[in-house]
Amino acid sequence: MDSTEAIYNGLKDAGINFIVSVPCVNLSKLLNMIDEDDEIIHIPVTREEEGIGLCAGAYLGGKRTAILMQNSGLGNSINALKSLTELYGFPLIMVMSHRGTEGENICGQVPMGQSTPLILEAMNFNFFKPGNPEAAYEDIRNSWELSEEQEKPVSVLLEIKYW
Amino acid sequence: MQRRDAILKIMEYIEDELVVCNIGFPSRELYDIEDRKENFYMIGSMGLASSIGLGLALSQPDKDIVVIDGDGALLMNMGSLVTVNACSPRNLTWIVINNGAYGSTGNQETYAKDLDLVEIGKSVGLKSYNFFEIDLKRKIKNDSCNLIVFNCKPGNSQAPIIDLTPEEIKNRFMKVIEK
Repeated sequence: MDSTEAIYNGLKDAGINFIVSVPCVNLSKLLNMIDEDDEIIHIPVTREEEGIGLCAGAYLGGKRTAILMQNSGLGNSINALKSLTELYGFPLIMVMSHRGTEGENICGQVPMGQSTPLILEAMNFNFFKPGNPEAAYEDIRNSWELSEEQEKPVSVLLEIKYW
Repeated sequence: MQRRDAILKIMEYIEDELVVCNIGFPSRELYDIEDRKENFYMIGSMGLASSIGLGLALSQPDKDIVVIDGDGALLMNMGSLVTVNACSPRNLTWIVINNGAYGSTGNQETYAKDLDLVEIGKSVGLKSYNFFEIDLKRKIKNDSCNLIVFNCKPGNSQAPIIDLTPEEIKNRFMKVIEK
């Protein structure tokens, strides 16, 4: 199980069947796998906040939902995550490529990267930071139930060294 | 004609369709005109009515989905025009009431006041119509995704605050879908 397969298998075993995405280079192999999976509806969106709206509608329609994005997308989605997802108690898995972490070579990623866990803490949202594929699989597989229970999004942050 | 009259007019065509309604006065006026389990009232996340409607339409392909959106909200999420067009679910009808104003915050003018939203919809590939030139029921029931622009004047009614919790709105909406 490589780093990408672990995420894919975790999402599949959590029963996720509706995914929205804004790409990250670290997610590209995963996005291809999801595109080839007929059991998953995959909708690329123009901006992460839009994706939060799609996931809300899909959950109302009976789907299990996840968003794949860079951590920068968290910044683009904060209000929707609070005044839509949390307000109505919708579950959601957020799988984030956590840029700006150890090994980052684009300085522009660093400020948001450093603040990402702090922002999630301030939002009072649970998140995991798995260090290897086995942990990522377990965390993602368990995230849906945890999210349903808490009626809030649950995030999985995948730092650069994870890949 | 103001927004409330527009919603009243739209609701004349609605039977069992699922309706997703924009935040603020639009939802309050819809609630006042005709509260029903099939209405999803937005209480936050301005701009996302069409995105919620799109997610719902893709998940419930056998149900007809009608989004009641506003011009200010559309301007906040214009990316949705291209995403909705790329997906084009046949069961989605996206109505934008264009009163050229941010009604719920005191009727400040929007840039949409001078925009032809039908032309903008067409320019990205969406089948787009002026409400007054079509039969809404036929557009809801036909096999394409449609954008319907309803131009009217700014102004709010005396519609009350929605007397439902977000949980109640969600639960009864999901229950009626499961039926």
